[in-house]
Amino acid sequence: MDKFTKLTGAACPINQANLNTDQILPARYLKWTRPMGLGNVLFQDLRFDAEGNERADFPLNKAAWRNARIVIGARNFGCGSSREAAVYALYDYGVRCVIAPSYGDIFSSNAAQNGLLTAIVTDGEAAEIMAALNRAPELPVTVDLEQQTIVCGNRTYTFSIDPVRRMRLINGWDDIALTESYRDRIAAFKSRDQSERPWVVPRANAAETNMKPN
Amino acid sequence: MSPPRTLIDKLWAAREIVRREDGQSLLWVDRHYVHEGSFHAFSRLAERGMPVAEPGLTFGVADHYVPTRGSRHHIANPEIARMVRQVEENTAKHGVKLFGLDDPRQGIVHVVGPEQGLTLPGLLIVCGDSHTSTHGALGAYAFGIGASEVAHVLMTQTIWQKKPRRMRITVDGRTAPGVAAKDIVLAIIAQVGTDGATQHAIEFAGSAIRALSIEGRLTLCNMSIEAGARCGMVAPDQITFAYLKGRPYAPQGSDFDKAVMEWSALATEQGAEFDKEVTLDATSIAPIVTWGTSPEDALPIDASVPDPAREADEDRATYLRDALDYMGIPPGKRLTEIAIDRVFIGSCTNSRIEDLRAAAAVLAGRTSKVPGLVSAGSSLVKRQAEEEGLDRIFRDAGLEWGESGCSMCVGINGDLVAAGERCASTTNRNFRGRQGPGARTHLMSPAMVAAAAVSGHLADVRPLLAGRKV
Repeated sequence: MDKFTKLTGAACPINQANLNTDQILPARYLKWTRPMGLGNVLFQDLRFDAEGNERADFPLNKAAWRNARIVIGARNFGCGSSREAAVYALYDYGVRCVIAPSYGDIFSSNAAQNGLLTAIVTDGEAAEIMAALNRAPELPVTVDLEQQTIVCGNRTYTFSIDPVRRMRLINGWDDIALTESYRDRIAAFKSRDQSERPWVVPRANAAETNMKPN
Repeated sequence: MSPPRTLIDKLWAAREIVRREDGQSLLWVDRHYVHEGSFHAFSRLAERGMPVAEPGLTFGVADHYVPTRGSRHHIANPEIARMVRQVEENTAKHGVKLFGLDDPRQGIVHVVGPEQGLTLPGLLIVCGDSHTSTHGALGAYAFGIGASEVAHVLMTQTIWQKKPRRMRITVDGRTAPGVAAKDIVLAIIAQVGTDGATQHAIEFAGSAIRALSIEGRLTLCNMSIEAGARCGMVAPDQITFAYLKGRPYAPQGSDFDKAVMEWSALATEQGAEFDKEVTLDATSIAPIVTWGTSPEDALPIDASVPDPAREADEDRATYLRDALDYMGIPPGKRLTEIAIDRVFIGSCTNSRIEDLRAAAAVLAGRTSKVPGLVSAGSSLVKRQAEEEGLDRIFRDAGLEWGESGCSMCVGINGDLVAAGERCASTTNRNFRGRQGPGARTHLMSPAMVAAAAVSGHLADVRPLLAGRKV
């Protein structure tokens, strides 16, 4: 996973509360592998109409925000489906940071596993940053994860993020290696649990068709 | 003396292997369900050359992409065929049991797990699907995870988590006839909002919850994620134990008795504290439908859709205007005047035998004014429904009786609602484009979908139940 420390880039405001992962990446692209170009279909049905023409009013289609590295969202960004491919789509489009008042729990967890920063600000701050960008679309925004600050024009905001996710993003850590270091404790837990609670292990060879009526 | 503990506290503590100072805990995973969408994670495994750590605790299903009509074995669309083939190959390669297309137990993962007795109280269950919250209905700690976490669980049978905050939603009182678990959960979501339970684990409590069957509790916990909670749960009780006894993978004999003793001790103790409490009065809940593009846009069937012109908050007015525009509904229109084009009965939310019986009770002897599809939650539910003659009722009403799968809830198997079409649906998400690009979805209970079918528009099921046995 790529590390995230500091980023300056174009920032695109998308002022929609509850922007769910079905909007970020419609389900019909879930068959795609990542090299097929998930970034190209990011927000597909919001960016394009049924004929494939760009919707001029969708912020990401505006010239200043086409190459956005940062997205400013409203509350509950990324709610809904657990599809991690929604994070791949944002990342592969070029987005490295989302700034919003709150996130869907699974989305923010997936983001932290893939180098995408989900910075939390208040509703008022998100609205203020969006307003500043609507006034001056080309205003670059700087996000500093070590300092936990966002600089937008002459304003500086602090943001919050789960400290564990912050460390993981700064260091580009991989959970598997960390978990492997606890191998002995995992084995001990399993052995004790299965002897104390024999019922936790599913019965082998359960009959193929035996089902009691519902 | 230690303070009184909640169900969530007990489930968490029993699965905790390591607790780090930074608040992260490493938890043991008792059951890991995989499906066609898990291919990203199996690819990571292949890249690292790693085996599945615990194939005996991992179970596969083919559900998201399987056809519900036509041949299940000669899938016409090559991309869909590839998705089904991949889960067959990945599970076979790693020695993981698959409930595949050839298996009489095949079905939607969140129906099959409880039905087979794989889902049990006290277990930690994960799956790469947000509706894994469903399994909490049996008193399990169950939550949806992303592909990276699926890969981690496949490789280690563990998962890193921060303990969620505890939220109790208490629903007391008796629901009126015609009011189902779906109405209760839509009422909850309308009250707390789609982010009302974010970062929380929900425990559903109260006399109205206790009175629900396991099928009803599964519907309730299924939609926890629509209130923002990764997991929802109901403390196991006699209804739970009776449901599980004799299920194929559930413990048997003395093991079962021992398990019941342990499961009985899981309930939240008197005086235990929650971080957030919400209460609802079950007697005030009417049949509910959604009108907009978020599950929180839910209203009693006798209401009218909002009018943006009467909304003071500008952002809210914009949302209402956009949602009504997408849904093709004029501001202030009465819900019962909204004509529908199609119905769907199915999905992990409402496709169990009780759901099919509830819809059939309304449809019996009546004709649907619109086309529609009924897809049982599992092949075993389908068989049981046929034994009870429910398939005849659906067919006689003019609805299609399909095979089991996720089907028209998410449309990725090809069962789509056409652009601009309006569907009365027993599913869980009325998001824009959820049932197909441009599709318009109204969420409601199976009985309410049946009422809409026979009326041709959104309708109150209660008058249609007069004189009927339900």
